[in-house]
Amino acid sequence: MEESASTVEVTIPPNKGLVTEWASDQKAFKGVPWGKAMMWIFLVSDTFVFSIFLISYMTVRFSTKAEWPNPSEVFALHVGHVSVPLLLIAIMTFILITSSGTMALAVKYGYEKNRKMCAILMLATAVFGASFVGMQAFEWTKLIMEGVRPWENPFGAPQFGSISFMVTGFHGTHVTIGVIFLFIMARKAWRGDFDTGRRGFFTSQKSHYEAVEIMGLYWHFVDLVWVFIFAFFYLW
Amino acid sequence: MAEGTQQHPLKIYFFVWTLLFVFSAFSYLVDWFQFQGYLRWGLILLFMLLKAGFICAIFMHMWWERLAIKFAILVPCFAILVFVFIMWHESFYTLIVRKLFFLVTGS
Repeated sequence: MEESASTVEVTIPPNKGLVTEWASDQKAFKGVPWGKAMMWIFLVSDTFVFSIFLISYMTVRFSTKAEWPNPSEVFALHVGHVSVPLLLIAIMTFILITSSGTMALAVKYGYEKNRKMCAILMLATAVFGASFVGMQAFEWTKLIMEGVRPWENPFGAPQFGSISFMVTGFHGTHVTIGVIFLFIMARKAWRGDFDTGRRGFFTSQKSHYEAVEIMGLYWHFVDLVWVFIFAFFYLW
Repeated sequence: MAEGTQQHPLKIYFFVWTLLFVFSAFSYLVDWFQFQGYLRWGLILLFMLLKAGFICAIFMHMWWERLAIKFAILVPCFAILVFVFIMWHESFYTLIVRKLFFLVTGS
């Protein structure tokens, strides 16, 4: 495969229509960098993974005889003497959306080759992501202290625990991996790797601002999955 | 799209960002006011799809992609709906069998 140096401008062929492009020789996705196409394909596969989790959640929730615990009460937090429903989950949702916004701006500044803004915004995204994981750890601790286990819980249907830990756990793992890569990418951007085309220590490929957009795709996907988890698991 | 070819004004990002906050606040309010039944499920789904759509289209730049990659990403996702349909029926079957079993065994 030819290496794409950061100075090369990729020319985008004119749009010839879906069928012609899919049936074309060598490249189906004209003008799309291979790294980005691969990230999209990975995200489609990850969509299937999370869909299967949510579908299994639907299946156990519909097929259990026991009453499903009310997430509005289970995830309520006490502020003073008042019980606020879903407070922590709402804060986590807003934090993840904030981080998605900073990431979108980081990608924008990446396109403009604005090294410092790109690095600072990615760092901010990573910090928001890390705080999200911290809150999830707090939520898990609270659930475990209250006696929620993958096989039983004091609120109702025993399947609640296994679904809760599995779905939020897998999402939290994705966030954690994203945070680690955001720190790496922020460092690369700050050091100017994307401007000089310095070779990555692991892949030996030349660094490129495309990496910021690929990172962005992953991070927005993590936010996207949370949108579905928030709707189906916490609000339903 | 290739590097340097996509220039979007800051405005659109801030606009979508605000929308996402508003939709999230609305979906939280659905729980806050304890809407129940079809109203609750309808509103949750509406805000969920709006949020997902804006994240995909604007933040993930899918709006500006070519049809070839848009279709390659979006079309396979419809298979999920088929699976949802199958498992939805399966779960009701399981529930009926369970209820019958507990009825017969008396537990």
